[in-house]
Amino acid sequence: MGTTLAKRILEGDVRAASRLMRDIDDRIPSALAELKELYPKTGRAYIIGITGPPGSGKSTIVDKMVEIFRKEGKTVGIVAVDPTSPFTGGAILGDRIRMQRHATDEGVFIRSLATRGSLGGLSRSTQDIIHVMDAMGKDIIIVETVGVGQDEVEIVHTAHTSIVVLVPGLGDDIQAIKAGIIEIGDIFVINKCEREGADKMERDLRLVLEMGRKREDGWDPPIFKTEAILGKGIFELVYGIYRHKQALEQSQAMEKKIKERTMKTFLEVLESEVMNHFIQKLEKKGQLETIVQELMYRNIDPYSVAERIMAETLKENKE
Amino acid sequence: MSRKIRVLIAKPGLDGHDRGAKVIARALRDAGMEVIYTGIRQTPEQIANAAIQEGVDIVGLSSLSGAHMSLFPKVVQLLKEKGAEDIVVFGGGIIPVDDIPLLKKAGISEIFLPGTSTEEIIRYIQETIKIT
Repeated sequence: MGTTLAKRILEGDVRAASRLMRDIDDRIPSALAELKELYPKTGRAYIIGITGPPGSGKSTIVDKMVEIFRKEGKTVGIVAVDPTSPFTGGAILGDRIRMQRHATDEGVFIRSLATRGSLGGLSRSTQDIIHVMDAMGKDIIIVETVGVGQDEVEIVHTAHTSIVVLVPGLGDDIQAIKAGIIEIGDIFVINKCEREGADKMERDLRLVLEMGRKREDGWDPPIFKTEAILGKGIFELVYGIYRHKQALEQSQAMEKKIKERTMKTFLEVLESEVMNHFIQKLEKKGQLETIVQELMYRNIDPYSVAERIMAETLKENKE
Repeated sequence: MSRKIRVLIAKPGLDGHDRGAKVIARALRDAGMEVIYTGIRQTPEQIANAAIQEGVDIVGLSSLSGAHMSLFPKVVQLLKEKGAEDIVVFGGGIIPVDDIPLLKKAGISEIFLPGTSTEEIIRYIQETIKIT
């Protein structure tokens, strides 16, 4: 073979990028070597997260934002996450429907991902797939989460700017003061603002944001009202993102954000390495099945087993 | 580590009848596959690019408009031009039996006619895609 996928990706080979993303998602071990090679070339893209309930218009907003970014000459990568069926493991990934007009634009790369059992609104592979798009040289990467409820806040550790999309009519104002996604928005969007209740929602949301504790970074999250299907309010939203980016860069917040993210990525990689090590070891010895049996009958407890395995491994490594 | 079959279901051309495509998409999902659905009125260029970006194993095209003879081969040809001839393309819809040999000659792997059971299509995909 000779050339690695990584090398081809850096040369602009879309096919290679797509194949590596597939290997990452399917957790093929060889993907790690490619990611190692790409990592030094990442860290350049600006990452925008967009989250909100199902049907709130996230994909349509993304589609309209991409139009503006492209007019400005920026290249864009999009990661769109949809849920995996907990029963069959299958998924229908339909976010692309709203963005397909960009499919023939070489400056746009769209990848749909299924959650494959992850709970935080993203898939396990999301971060690594962002790395690939980053290495491809995309200026902006937009990450669209699954339609979320209240607690899927993982996007905040992934994006530089997190956008929370809401629509009128989802519940009373108490919904808005609960913890969770309301806390993570750097920018709020009330989409489908032609609907009844949009103004009240804006007032309630503003009140909630003002009541809340001051953010450490001093940023005051703006609220934009949009009617994405018609493109209304999207221009303002994009400039809201630029303002947030500028504010991040002028304060220490950007560095802090990047540091947190780097730490989180590293810990995830470490965790997955350690886990794989132990799982493979147990499976090789054929112990996993036995342990689970014993646990089911309450002959042993999971805490002691974990301690014992750790102790054994440390001892083996010493010898 | 487990390869999951990824399928693109697309409707090239101008007819807006997507019920069949949606039924297939749903059935493939229930068979444990990841199905990217791109909606109606897609150009062959859009379909080929989506297939490449999404890293799918196989593309299913649905057409009820009679334009399959120009649109289906065009998708195959574009995939080839873009170095993605390993992506299998199959089709279905209202297609005269006489067209089938010509479509197969143009690189369409299989054509499913009305009345085909979803199980048959699932089995076809599972047997065609050799997941390593």
